[in-house]
Amino acid sequence: MSSTTVPNAKPKFEWKMGVATREAYGQALVELGKVNPNVVVLDADLAKSTFSAKFQKEFPDRFFTVGIAEANMVSIASGLALAGKLPFASSFAVFLCDKGMDQLRVGAAYSRANAKYVGSHGGISIGEDGPSQQSVEDYALMCALPGFVVLSPSDEFCARALVHRMAEHDGPAYMRTGRPKAPILYGPNDTFEIGKAKQHGNGRDVAIIACGLEVSYALQAQAQLADEGIDARVLDMHTIKPVDEAAIANAAKECGAIVTAEEHLLDGGLGSQVARAVGKTCPAPMEFVGIDNTYAESATPDQLMEKYGLTAPFIVKAVKAVLKRKSR
Amino acid sequence: MSTTADVTVAPRIESMVELKRMANRLRIEIVKMIGAAGSGHPGGSLSEVELLTALYFRVLRHNPKDPHWLDRDRFILSKGHGCPALYAVMAEAGYIDRSVLGTLRKMGSPLQGHPDRRFFPALEANTGSLGQGISLGIGMALAARLDKKDWHTFVMTGDGEIEEGQNWEAAMFASYHKLENLTVIVDYNHQQLDGFLKDILDPAPLAAKFEAFGWRTLEIDGHDFNQVIPALETARAAKDGKPVCIVANTIKGKGVSFMENNPAWHGVAPKPDEVAAAVAELEAAAKKI
Repeated sequence: MSSTTVPNAKPKFEWKMGVATREAYGQALVELGKVNPNVVVLDADLAKSTFSAKFQKEFPDRFFTVGIAEANMVSIASGLALAGKLPFASSFAVFLCDKGMDQLRVGAAYSRANAKYVGSHGGISIGEDGPSQQSVEDYALMCALPGFVVLSPSDEFCARALVHRMAEHDGPAYMRTGRPKAPILYGPNDTFEIGKAKQHGNGRDVAIIACGLEVSYALQAQAQLADEGIDARVLDMHTIKPVDEAAIANAAKECGAIVTAEEHLLDGGLGSQVARAVGKTCPAPMEFVGIDNTYAESATPDQLMEKYGLTAPFIVKAVKAVLKRKSR
Repeated sequence: MSTTADVTVAPRIESMVELKRMANRLRIEIVKMIGAAGSGHPGGSLSEVELLTALYFRVLRHNPKDPHWLDRDRFILSKGHGCPALYAVMAEAGYIDRSVLGTLRKMGSPLQGHPDRRFFPALEANTGSLGQGISLGIGMALAARLDKKDWHTFVMTGDGEIEEGQNWEAAMFASYHKLENLTVIVDYNHQQLDGFLKDILDPAPLAAKFEAFGWRTLEIDGHDFNQVIPALETARAAKDGKPVCIVANTIKGKGVSFMENNPAWHGVAPKPDEVAAAVAELEAAAKKI
């Protein structure tokens, strides 16, 4: 599969803020519920926060809140799937993945249950609630489960489309959604496929590969670099697993230098997935933007993204570092 | 996917004598299987034999020739380590050939060390990490209710397994949602790997705990078909808005005198001479049935 180039992908700074990807999830659930009577939605006392409450309002008979009991919820979803239903179970990413890990492993991954799991409030951009609520390990945990698809959409259009792709996909899948409103990067006519990156620009100096909110920072970095005469392409790698190896190989070959950016620990997330693909296909120097071996703290989302090195200037800095190591 | 509606296809043993003979035969198979495998869990396999015999030959609505029949009852062995007994009863019921039993735990066998649908698709769920079966069963029971189907979900747990907290999350949910189409059977053999429950973390009084969580409970002798069958039938027919928990008092290692009530036989395979002694004892017992 090759990546899709977004036409006229000029860096956009007249971004409008859209809804949060978690809200797009709720909208997509309602769309799914209307066309598929097998869709059942579960939540663990966070339905208003994950936006699964939108589905609850429309389809109360197909919605179950399990109370504050994530392990139970994860296994119930697997049981529903094993009996032919199409369950979506949501909670905060940190509680869903961390408290439900053994259940995700045995009941969903190992059993190959066709169950879908959506963790909201991913990353540190949840802000003031602090590290106990900030999911910075979910990509690593979920990528470690054989057979799982792992998604991290960047904006509302990407999120809505990917909820539908999750529903069509036969097998277990996980999606991270975010708390804050996300800049609109796409439109209703953009299409998204699992495992197929969205490419912004055809720059050949460096490729910035990002997911989730980091895509908008990557596009900001792309614009700043363009002003300095550096021609970067940005890949929105909304599917962390299976990662788009073809797009990565192409980027490595054409650009010869890669920077990854993710709102996640540097261990085991997007950077690891991309590095493996680069190493396998077309080795090239890489730099990694992410949270470096620490938990964050309470502050506003913007303050945290800056303090923990996730905003556009850090991506620009990483690009300059990787370009110094580029061998041509 | 089949929609076979003929419930008479479920294998059925009417007489008590034949049921007892079947239980005896299963015990011989369990001992031989684990002996041949060189590893496995004899104690908790032998304690659940009458419960499984009653399920597969009297209570479950199922068709071994059509294991994915949509209207079948579901059975989940949450205490996955007890799978030799499940494999043996499923072989006797016709899901697999008896000759397959000798491949337990061997490379490529459908009979994995713990239940694995990837290798044995007739199994309803993969288990082995304790505490998840009731929740999986709730998912199935909810699916049946949403589809307005009358099939029933049975889950068997161990008693040591009940120490896992997820069971109690599930117990709260099942009664709150009035899942009368869900039955949990606790194989209450009073032992776990490290020893007796009373010396580790005793869940007693077990029935009272489930009742406090809103369940209907039945306490029985899990080796007495005259108690096991009526309890399972009562649970399956329940329409009072409560899930049922059958607390089945059993003996770990039941039927093999040197294994009975000895925690050492939780997860150790009998050696060839021990297999021979156990089989001789069980064959002698068969003659007295």
